[in-house]
Amino acid sequence: MSRPAAAPPVLTRSVVLRMGSWSFRAGRRTLVVSGALLVAAMGVGLLGLCLGGGSWTAPGEVLAALAGQGDSVVVVREWRLPRVVAGLVFGAALGLSGAVFQSLTRNPLGSPDVVGLDAGAYTGALVAITVLGGGAATLAGSSVVGGLLAAAAVYVLSLGSRLSGLRLIVVGIAVNAMLTALNSWIVLRADLDVAIAATGWSSGSLNGLDWDEIAVPIAVIAALALLPAALSPAMRQTALGDEQAVASGVRLNPLRLLLVLAGVGCTATVTAAAGPIMFIALAAPQIGRLLAGTAGVALAPAALVGAVLLSAADVVAQVLLAPVALPVGVVTTVIGGCYLITLLAGKARAGGRSAA
Amino acid sequence: MRTDPSGRRTVPAARRRPVVLAAFVLLLLAALVASVCVGARAIAPADVWRALAGADGGGEAYLIVHDVRGPRTLLAVCVGAALGVAGTLVQTLTRNPLAEPGLLGVTSGAGFAINVGGLLGLAGGQVGQLALASLGAALTAVLVYTLGSAEPLRLVLTGVALSAVLSGISLGLRLTLPDVFDRYRFWSIGSLAGHEHAPLALPAATIVLALVGAVLVTRPLNALVLGDEAARSLGGNVVRTRVAVLVLVTVLAGAATAVAGPIAFLGLMVPHLARRPAGGSIPWLMAYTMVLGPVLLLASDVVARVLLPTGEVPVAVVTAFAGAPALIWAVRRRGRVAA
Repeated sequence: MSRPAAAPPVLTRSVVLRMGSWSFRAGRRTLVVSGALLVAAMGVGLLGLCLGGGSWTAPGEVLAALAGQGDSVVVVREWRLPRVVAGLVFGAALGLSGAVFQSLTRNPLGSPDVVGLDAGAYTGALVAITVLGGGAATLAGSSVVGGLLAAAAVYVLSLGSRLSGLRLIVVGIAVNAMLTALNSWIVLRADLDVAIAATGWSSGSLNGLDWDEIAVPIAVIAALALLPAALSPAMRQTALGDEQAVASGVRLNPLRLLLVLAGVGCTATVTAAAGPIMFIALAAPQIGRLLAGTAGVALAPAALVGAVLLSAADVVAQVLLAPVALPVGVVTTVIGGCYLITLLAGKARAGGRSAA
Repeated sequence: MRTDPSGRRTVPAARRRPVVLAAFVLLLLAALVASVCVGARAIAPADVWRALAGADGGGEAYLIVHDVRGPRTLLAVCVGAALGVAGTLVQTLTRNPLAEPGLLGVTSGAGFAINVGGLLGLAGGQVGQLALASLGAALTAVLVYTLGSAEPLRLVLTGVALSAVLSGISLGLRLTLPDVFDRYRFWSIGSLAGHEHAPLALPAATIVLALVGAVLVTRPLNALVLGDEAARSLGGNVVRTRVAVLVLVTVLAGAATAVAGPIAFLGLMVPHLARRPAGGSIPWLMAYTMVLGPVLLLASDVVARVLLPTGEVPVAVVTAFAGAPALIWAVRRRGRVAA
């Protein structure tokens, strides 16, 4: 395994918390960066609360409204807050999912949106709406199943003499194209009202989300996020190489299975609620890694960067062409595509080998 | 089309190739018939014949054939040939079996240029649209090449990333301007429907001219395949050949995109199907491609009509579904890709 050409790991002093048999260990820089990112996420969230729908509300008034005072209580608490919370939580979930997959595939491009997971989850969701016609549970379930099937297909198809990073991606692109075509066909076949609803959702959008729609996804994401958090010491061992991990007592297969479930679950939940939002899962873990200066992909910075990215993208989507609210997925696609091109251009300049 | 390795007498390639070409032409005829007969209202081939001969002037079959399916079929033939040949030219020039105008973002670039033109009020006439599409295609191609020419897979990834960016911006532009959105709603997915009444003369003439150019460039290109040194010693001008091929690709992809919207994967599939029977001969490869491109696009269009009889599935949806496996197959066949 060749190490990605990135900043060399910075030797940081670690902070260790111990509580009985539990211990929590983190680099000091990671803690500082995470704190800064948390503040940034809060700032972007507040900006989103001030900006909703192209009209500006003063921050003071927004804070008062959050506390239940003033004229803007309904607007801020019932209309804008769900959207802002969804942006933060979904962004964090996508960042986390990306971090999990990138550390599993050991490939900065091996993220769920690239390998067809989003498109598969969206296919599952569409099938649930148009064919099965069940409730929220059916929707979530079939999204997860769709995502898992797509991921399995990409994985099997890209197995070869050697699982090269770029081959995985190109197979992912192909599977993505097929699923997107299938999704268009399902939407076109569906009744007009379903089709109209699905079209806004097909590029990923936070428009018009309310508390009822996001309560369950947020709870599911919170539960799923505990898994990678609990497994992060084992993940850190695995990053050193499989042999070392096994030697230090990590059971690889159960670990991988649990991580895949958590990653797919996070992505599929977001997709079922907001549609396929691309590139957050791809970019957030790498940006987080650069900021925190860690050798491998760090979970907390990845999740926090994801939250900042998605909520910032949603603010941009709302103000860029106001009064038209763009689907946030369009903004993330443009930003993420630029990010990917820069990444590739940098690799080309380095003349080095591709992402391994 | 493999010959039996078990010792059966194989026909020499030189004699086999015309037979294969004849078979492909028969396929094309079948696809043409299907394209005119199949649809929301099936028409028997005999009625089509009568309608074409003008026997039942003004009847329903006559109207459908003359006003809708006839033009649409011709459009599919032009666009299919253009995309297939563009794919073959790019793959031969770059020696990269994954190169394809759609995957390289060239079609997205053409679409983006048309959208921007629509925004600025430049894309009024067909000439303007063609020029814009070719310009957008050329700029995108140059950009993707400079970033990703290092290796085949990276080229694809760069193209896809750039496509994503351009389509995103295009969608944003379309959402802000309802009239632009309305005009490009069907066009933006890649469809042959709704273009029946657009004047076809100019794009068709452009495509035919570019196809003639592609035929003329096959011999120098054939020399170029042997390597730059060999091409020079055979008296070819390497740089001129390269530039000519790139210009042809952008004109073909641009014109096809201008009339039918972005249709990906067709230019990838066609050369892969034609390569084995052509056996390394670029002129034969080009001949097969010109026939197979229309066959595949016509077949996809017929499937698109069958899939959704009440309305229209854009043909690009069908080509993506059929072409993505071709991409996977091509990637897997490359086997030892530099990782």
